[in-house]
Amino acid sequence: MNYQLILPEILLALCASFLLGIGVSKKGNRAPVIRNVAIALLVIYALVGPVLGGRSGPAANGMLMIDAYAHYLKFFLGLSGAAALLLSKSYLKTEKLDHFEFSVLLLYAVLGMGVMVSANNMLALYIGIELQSLALYVMAAFNRDSLRASEAGLKYFVLGAISSGLLLYGITLVYGFTGSVDFDGIAAAVASNGYSSGVIAGMVFILCGLAFKISAAPFHMWTPDVYEGSPAPVTAFFASAPKLAAIALMARVIIGPFDGIMDQWQSVIIVLALLSMFVGAVGALMQTNIKRLMAYSSIANMGYALVPLASGGEEGVRGMLIFMTIYIISITGIFACILQMRNRDGVVEQISDLSGLSRTNRGMAFSLTALMFSLMGIPPLLGFFGKLFAFWHAASVGLVWLVVAALIASVIGAFYYLRIVKIMWMDEGGREFIAPPASLAWTSTVSVAMVFLTIIPFIAIPARGWVEQASTSLF
Amino acid sequence: MSVGLAHYLVVAALLFTIGVFGIFVNRKNVIIILMCVELMLLAVNINFVAFAAHMTVAPGADPLAGQVFALFVLTVAAAEAAVGLAILVVYFRNRGTIAVEDIDLMKG
Repeated sequence: MNYQLILPEILLALCASFLLGIGVSKKGNRAPVIRNVAIALLVIYALVGPVLGGRSGPAANGMLMIDAYAHYLKFFLGLSGAAALLLSKSYLKTEKLDHFEFSVLLLYAVLGMGVMVSANNMLALYIGIELQSLALYVMAAFNRDSLRASEAGLKYFVLGAISSGLLLYGITLVYGFTGSVDFDGIAAAVASNGYSSGVIAGMVFILCGLAFKISAAPFHMWTPDVYEGSPAPVTAFFASAPKLAAIALMARVIIGPFDGIMDQWQSVIIVLALLSMFVGAVGALMQTNIKRLMAYSSIANMGYALVPLASGGEEGVRGMLIFMTIYIISITGIFACILQMRNRDGVVEQISDLSGLSRTNRGMAFSLTALMFSLMGIPPLLGFFGKLFAFWHAASVGLVWLVVAALIASVIGAFYYLRIVKIMWMDEGGREFIAPPASLAWTSTVSVAMVFLTIIPFIAIPARGWVEQASTSLF
Repeated sequence: MSVGLAHYLVVAALLFTIGVFGIFVNRKNVIIILMCVELMLLAVNINFVAFAAHMTVAPGADPLAGQVFALFVLTVAAAEAAVGLAILVVYFRNRGTIAVEDIDLMKG
């Protein structure tokens, strides 16, 4: 039994519970202290794997597989969790929501994601997803006096529960027809006995359950409502870390236990990718609320991220990892800008509130424009390389028509990103935003800097080497 | 006639289908949705236990895993119901009703 490899997870679980105890027992508002401790914990959690040399191997009786892939993902999950806490600070204070539970829930959610990305057994997969989801349901309804937030929480809960039902039903079928819930055991049974229709049905159920979690169409219907209703920092978190964790888990499942039935899962992934790209691109066209628009944008981006997965193989996983990493960097910056949208009457969320931003707040207009161009995939910016690596491999293995469809969807998607840019730079000025707190301004600046600077070779080459190491360890 | 694996699977599949349909067809009450979610999870448990009990002895086959999994599903279902009911109470305080057709503040 090897517990050393899961020490970071144990540490995170103990500290989260300890912070919960502190928060409950002490009088007075402990939220700022607990938030700072939680940010420090998440940064440590992110760094501990790579800094200690990235030791790998099965842990907890083979329930978890700690490898370079898990270390890579945990690095970004921890950092994006820390960024979400940083972003939440000023919002929660001004909305009078500054309760310590927020930090604790976020720690538990990141813990669940850590289990998800290193799962090596259907049981670990299920427990990880539930640990993450139960924390996220509560976070969606965190503003408990707001009708919108509680409605968002309720919708998220009901559809999340359906998705875990589908996932579990799929797991039972796979278990019944292969006799194992272990990823290696399932792969061995599929390799030696061939596959039966039961395994295929189970695999389809499992992929549908996971598609709910990454909000791929046709399982996307909760996304716009939940993104619109939840408090803005919660939406920022929803758009980044849980998506990365769920799609990484999907990659683990299709590459690990279901490697022998690639023809079957490939068609499922292609359907999910095609529908998501077009639902996301077309759905966003008519939106006026910027959080709702970002929801459709995230649906479309999940579609693009599924394209390299559909092509399979090591290169496919690498393309997915590069695309998702770049997506998370951009989306964190965009939400840091969205959280700055506050005038003297309070928070505003309409796209029209951005009009004339280039005259009132040139720095924010520039940041948002750069990040929008990055999401669009305009060449010198980082987002272009994300799409390049994602689509290149798919085209080279013969999925050219899927890549063409993805490019068409990108062009449709460019319309609404450009609309925001046009509103900021060309329209007449609206009301001025109040000066943002330093934490938001810094987060968006760092994100913009990464979008520009990561293309410099001496940063890009080591980063690429790390992604290669991560994707190779999965095979 | 003896009761075999197929019978259990059919019952579980029926319960699961009733659960899924109950969620989408029901327009009255959110509590019914929570009951349907439980129904889905219990159907899953029947599947697990039935597969475990009828598993043929073979290298790689693990009859115990299914039974342990069923216990975990029960535990998580209890936690999920607790969180779900808490969110429902919060929603009721804000809205004054839990009819499904009234959950329509956000659309589009």
